[in-house]
Amino acid sequence: MSAENPMIRIENARLLDPVSGKETQASVLVENGRISGIGAAADQATPDQIVDAAGAVLSPGFIDLYCNLREPGNGQKGSIATETRAAAKGGYTTVCAAPDSSPVNDSTAITHLILDVAERDSAIRVLPLGAATKGLAGEHLSDMVGLTTAGCVALSNGSAPLVNARVLRRCMAYARTFNVALMLQPQNRSLAADGFAHDGLITTRLGLMGIPEVAETAAVMEMILLAEETGVRLHLSQLSSARSVTMIAEAQQRGVSVTADVAIHHLLFTEAALAGFDSRFHVQPPLRSEADRLGLIEGVRTGVVSAIVSQHQPHDPAAKRAPLGDSEPGLSTIESVLSLGLMLVERDEMSLSQLLRALTVGPASVLGLSEPAIEVGAAADFCLIDPRAEWQPSEAALLSIGKHAPVLNQPLKGGVVSTWCEGRQVFPAKAS
Amino acid sequence: MMTTEESARALQLTPDGQLRHFLTLDGLDQSLLTQILDTADSFIEVGERRIKKVPLLRGRTVVNLFFESSTRTRSTFELAAKRLSADVLNLDISTSATSKGESLSDTLLNLEAMASDMFVVRHSRSGAPHFIAESVTPGVAIINAGDGRHAHPTQAMLDMLTIRQHKQRFDGLKVAIVGDILHSRVARSQIRALNTLGAEEVRVIGPSTLLPRDVESLGCRVEYDLKAGLKDIDVIIMLRLQRERMEGALLPSEREFYKVYGLNTDKLAYAKPDAIVMHPGPINRGVEIESAVADGPQSVILNQVTNGIAIRMAVMSMAMSGQLAQRAATEAEARV
Repeated sequence: MSAENPMIRIENARLLDPVSGKETQASVLVENGRISGIGAAADQATPDQIVDAAGAVLSPGFIDLYCNLREPGNGQKGSIATETRAAAKGGYTTVCAAPDSSPVNDSTAITHLILDVAERDSAIRVLPLGAATKGLAGEHLSDMVGLTTAGCVALSNGSAPLVNARVLRRCMAYARTFNVALMLQPQNRSLAADGFAHDGLITTRLGLMGIPEVAETAAVMEMILLAEETGVRLHLSQLSSARSVTMIAEAQQRGVSVTADVAIHHLLFTEAALAGFDSRFHVQPPLRSEADRLGLIEGVRTGVVSAIVSQHQPHDPAAKRAPLGDSEPGLSTIESVLSLGLMLVERDEMSLSQLLRALTVGPASVLGLSEPAIEVGAAADFCLIDPRAEWQPSEAALLSIGKHAPVLNQPLKGGVVSTWCEGRQVFPAKAS
Repeated sequence: MMTTEESARALQLTPDGQLRHFLTLDGLDQSLLTQILDTADSFIEVGERRIKKVPLLRGRTVVNLFFESSTRTRSTFELAAKRLSADVLNLDISTSATSKGESLSDTLLNLEAMASDMFVVRHSRSGAPHFIAESVTPGVAIINAGDGRHAHPTQAMLDMLTIRQHKQRFDGLKVAIVGDILHSRVARSQIRALNTLGAEEVRVIGPSTLLPRDVESLGCRVEYDLKAGLKDIDVIIMLRLQRERMEGALLPSEREFYKVYGLNTDKLAYAKPDAIVMHPGPINRGVEIESAVADGPQSVILNQVTNGIAIRMAVMSMAMSGQLAQRAATEAEARV
């Protein structure tokens, strides 16, 4: 990151505190990568640069708990350079890099590689997630202490289910010893089998291989019981079922250390998205019923589900150009998360502060980071949001290599005007 | 976001409602299905002539694109195309390109370079013909010859033709479909056709492990007991049971299946006395059906095969004429 640090004043923005929901209008002064003044103190300064943010909401920068950057190893699908640029466009200042790169991030060498490339190519913060087991194979524990010392913020099973309950239990117990957080995607492999869509109305109609809801809930229950026994900090990633939310809420009430997140597309779309065999909506876990969608939204509203993740999965076009069941799972979401979330706000399915909380404070607490806030002394990580701006995700407009965005070639309302990381504007990228 | 119906209609029909692809019966209304049956009726007569040919597809190239092997379906499609005077190319892709790692879309690009007018597609993945219809050059018709567990619309239509020949109508009819519904593309298309054509009731009969979740949503009622399920039934459709179902712990044994769901003379007596027995073939004698029933007076299994050619001629000629009308409209538009 560059050494030059001009003093900047953001004027006329609406400052929204995601925790209290309180909104104020004031100027914000940025100096040396931190917020150095708000309101009168900011107005009295003589900055090098003034940004007029009239009409925009100023929110802490978004934090993504699960993002596939595809580096190392999958340059045709994305790189740290391309996907962090896309993330900055989405309002993100911090992204957690999924461990299922190639090779898998199960060694300090790979962790260092990711951090070195990020230092060189990324304008925003990249926090690697280490693989909980070697090669994500679910057989041998990875060097958890080594990985976290090298910079991994948590350990994850990526998108590979941990099949063996004994390994899972030991994984938790070992992680607990060193107070390492485990981020696990709950799915019972034998129940999911070769399915790729929610076992429900659409699979019945179209004859697709289904993944029953119980493939998730059985795994959630197993993981909660094991977490309760071992005392590990468990984070359940990318839920798809309303029933999971209920089970997690109960566990939280009895004091189990368990948090959860949901991918943005599970809040907007259902199994119906597959009605025309659209391979874009082949995602893992699958999009489920409308009742599930509503239950997941309720989870975000109540805070049982503390974070919304992008589950950004960029692909080369060929990966999706195939019959549904032969296509690779995942959507290119990171540039659309905010706009999609604002659709929920527009429909009164959640409030703006609930949305922003799940994109900032919620994920920060899962990672044990300091609470993101717009206050004097805080890191100047923020984005300016124009809820009325219209833009159209298209092949040309998307910065990600993945062009399979959930809403494509149709207008979306609400966008990120600019993103700032440590006081530097990272989107729109300034011509160097 | 479009429903299954809407997207199927948009893909299969020209703006003025003519068939241009035949992928599924979803989105096709009663009058169109009746038109297919009527057209097929007129082609049955062609099969009885000394010279069994009409020139409707003369100069057109039809490619049989079978990613999954099949003898009977492919032969009837080939015969149907030849009776329409088309040039036919049979490609058994299951043993060639894709097994060398070529992707479906690359295979298609190569075939399109041969200037084909129609692809008849069979594929093990549900939705593969949809994918092909969405990716081919406009003007090429796609006919689904069976995709995964999704649809086998020509089979369902030849079954409807057989039913109409024997029962003359659909309203008031009660139809039972027996066996492995879960894995059956035939059953899905039949249930759809029967509902669209106005059958009074469709019953599916089989064990829970062979029924898809919420199967009632397709427009049918579930029965677990064969004898009770056959009460007042006019048409019995037996489905083929694949041997591999025993492997996946869906069924204990063929013997037990036959005991509970196999159709024999004794169980057939529970249906109406004039009930007809159908089977999409190939039949497993002694697994889902007793020989005495398969070869008995109520069986219409061989009529189904004959009707297969007529139905495929009907669908191919209708889709080709829809594509030609659309090509003409596009060209006319380009001239303006």
